[in-house]
Amino acid sequence: MTSRDDILESIRASLPRVDRPLPHVPMFDEDPPASLLSAFKDSLERMGGIFLDPPASGDVLAPVRVKVASAKVVCSTVPEIAGNRDIATVSATQELADVDFAIVRASFAVAETGSVLLSETDLNINALAYLAQHLIVLLDPADIVVNLHHAYRRPEFRERHYASFHTGPSATADIEGVLIHGAQGVRSLSVLPIARIYQPQPTSPQEKKHD
Amino acid sequence: MTNSAEQLPGRAMLHPEMVAAEDNQAMYRDGHRLDHAEGASKPLRSRPEPQPRGAKIHGNRPIDQAEAAARFIASPEHEKMHDERLWDLRQKRDREMHHIPEWEQLRSLASAIKEHTLTHLDEYLDQFEAHARANGIHVHWARDAAEHNRIVHGILSDHSAKSLIKSKSMLTEECGFRHYMASVGIEVIETDLGERIQQLDKEDPSHVVVPAVHKLRTDVAKVFADTIGTDPENSDVHYLAEAQREATRPLILAADAGMTGGNFVVAETGTFVVCTNEGNADLSANVPKLHIASIGIEKIIPRLEHLAVFVRLLSRSALGSPMTQYTSHFRGPRAGGEMHVVLVDNGRSERLGLEEFWTSLKCIRCGACMNTCPVYRRSGGLSYGATYSGPIGLIIDPTFNARKYSNLPFASSLNGSCTNVCPVKINIHEQIYAWRRELVKRHDVPLVKKAAMKAAGELLSRPAAYRAAIASADVALAHLPRFVIYNGLNAWGKHREVPHPPKQTFHSWYKANRGGTQ
Ligand code: SF4
Repeated sequence: MTSRDDILESIRASLPRVDRPLPHVPMFDEDPPASLLSAFKDSLERMGGIFLDPPASGDVLAPVRVKVASAKVVCSTVPEIAGNRDIATVSATQELADVDFAIVRASFAVAETGSVLLSETDLNINALAYLAQHLIVLLDPADIVVNLHHAYRRPEFRERHYASFHTGPSATADIEGVLIHGAQGVRSLSVLPIARIYQPQPTSPQEKKHD
Repeated sequence: MTNSAEQLPGRAMLHPEMVAAEDNQAMYRDGHRLDHAEGASKPLRSRPEPQPRGAKIHGNRPIDQAEAAARFIASPEHEKMHDERLWDLRQKRDREMHHIPEWEQLRSLASAIKEHTLTHLDEYLDQFEAHARANGIHVHWARDAAEHNRIVHGILSDHSAKSLIKSKSMLTEECGFRHYMASVGIEVIETDLGERIQQLDKEDPSHVVVPAVHKLRTDVAKVFADTIGTDPENSDVHYLAEAQREATRPLILAADAGMTGGNFVVAETGTFVVCTNEGNADLSANVPKLHIASIGIEKIIPRLEHLAVFVRLLSRSALGSPMTQYTSHFRGPRAGGEMHVVLVDNGRSERLGLEEFWTSLKCIRCGACMNTCPVYRRSGGLSYGATYSGPIGLIIDPTFNARKYSNLPFASSLNGSCTNVCPVKINIHEQIYAWRRELVKRHDVPLVKKAAMKAAGELLSRPAAYRAAIASADVALAHLPRFVIYNGLNAWGKHREVPHPPKQTFHSWYKANRGGTQ
């Protein structure tokens, strides 16, 4: 008998003979915050993320330009701002090891937790979001859902092979509880609220907003 | 001790020692200190002191948890830091809980979803396998630890892989995976900071979430000085963490394969989910071409909508932060990559058949029961001499080896705090008691422990009296397990209440337990 059959048989022999129906999970959204964007900002900052407030000048991308001004290697996967490392030319993940700043756009964000969702469609190469020293994420304020219950209704989780919630930068407190940003991955995560100028790469007709 | 349950998020005291000079991200915009990702909400200071080591292992002989605990307690700097650090996590958990009006509802849902899934485990595993395969994931099944190790070795051999970067996984600890890989000449590099410290120190993790929580910064400085060449005189935490980052990064870039565990598995989509704070699982999974995930069969849940319940509970219960920094969903290999999932039984299907203990399979390994446990906080995870320590360890270790771990279910005051904090509502303290009874039946348990059993049994059989007895336990827990002594549930509970400082009460509990008298 294969291990698979063995294990399944052993499970069947052990199944507790009790009736346990699957409960209904509510959306817990009766009391949403007045502004999803400011709730998101608050949650993000609690988790050590940086929210790039749009400057009074109206030049929304200015805070990003300031950040990357002195960086050697900038890899951007978004049309709004150019980098100097073209991800299309990268063939092995290791070639991204010297990236100082990665600039990507989030599929969507969650106000409750301050998370942004990054998938292979947003990153092109998944490792970009972890090998770069710093990560800048563009977020369309229209792409914020109120909580995780809404988040898991999004199509990305059924369509993408890889989808990761980033909630602040890499962090650890494994030594005496002292908080360190950039334990292994990115040392900082900044989020810039800016509407999409292009439609995201459509993967299916349901890509449109659900909320 | 202040009650941080009343504090607002991020309003813990900022202490200059706790942040790197240039890391203004460690500060909230109003200047208060951030304490996400296990960060302590107050500075914990300790003086150097040699690290007490864990339980002595003598083959199959019963582990003497109390002996190892004695040595931990005899190291006051370690004991104090450990106790305060974990109690701080517990308080942050309470703070988070108070922010979520539906908290108790979420716990009930989580429990119900897990119980439903476990009672239909065969069907959901079948579903997961079909969907994962359809997405291009190779699915393997391992009856036990040895088969798991062989399967992983086989996959690595097929790719001529000689080095493996991995993220923390309790399952691979259970399987003795690193030892096995060393024996076949494959280099394993742990990428979680705490786990890496433990690997370099040739010591097991002492906690399911914070593996090196029993070590002081000076212990880490010594380990790193000996292994990665840091300055032995420098125990600055930022320096140590940065040195580890620099030392590990080339290994990550050069590794032939990556390995992760899995916190949750979703049957309807064939997805597995990995939660970390460091992003090290995502590096392990996404840098090398080959990704292997080892996952216990009990991690499965039916649908994506159920995931929301567990993700909302996990990090809040574990660390008192709303979410782990990274919550990653893997549904299939990336372009040009290869993905394997090894579903591991290793005693789980058998545990499912234990009427009194099957619900222990609901566990999501958040560590909340450990953080709240007075015995755990005072004796350190390594004193249990087992893969799983603390309250959850007491109820699952005996399923691996009833003789070796026969003493463990007695390392508890049965105060019920573990049960109260458990996000999936496992009746932990009742199972601890049930194990005592079971082990008395099956093994030679010392007389004094049999007496403890009787007292506890009488009280547990009267729920109202029991609730009254534990009503004040939470308050006492903040400082010390006074309750441990006075609740009458234990062999050492024959004392009368006498006014002495908390420290002493613990030691007298300890002495009584250790000596097996009174
Ligand atoms: S038993 Fe409950 S509290 Fe303890 S680790 Fe498991 S889920 Fe967390």
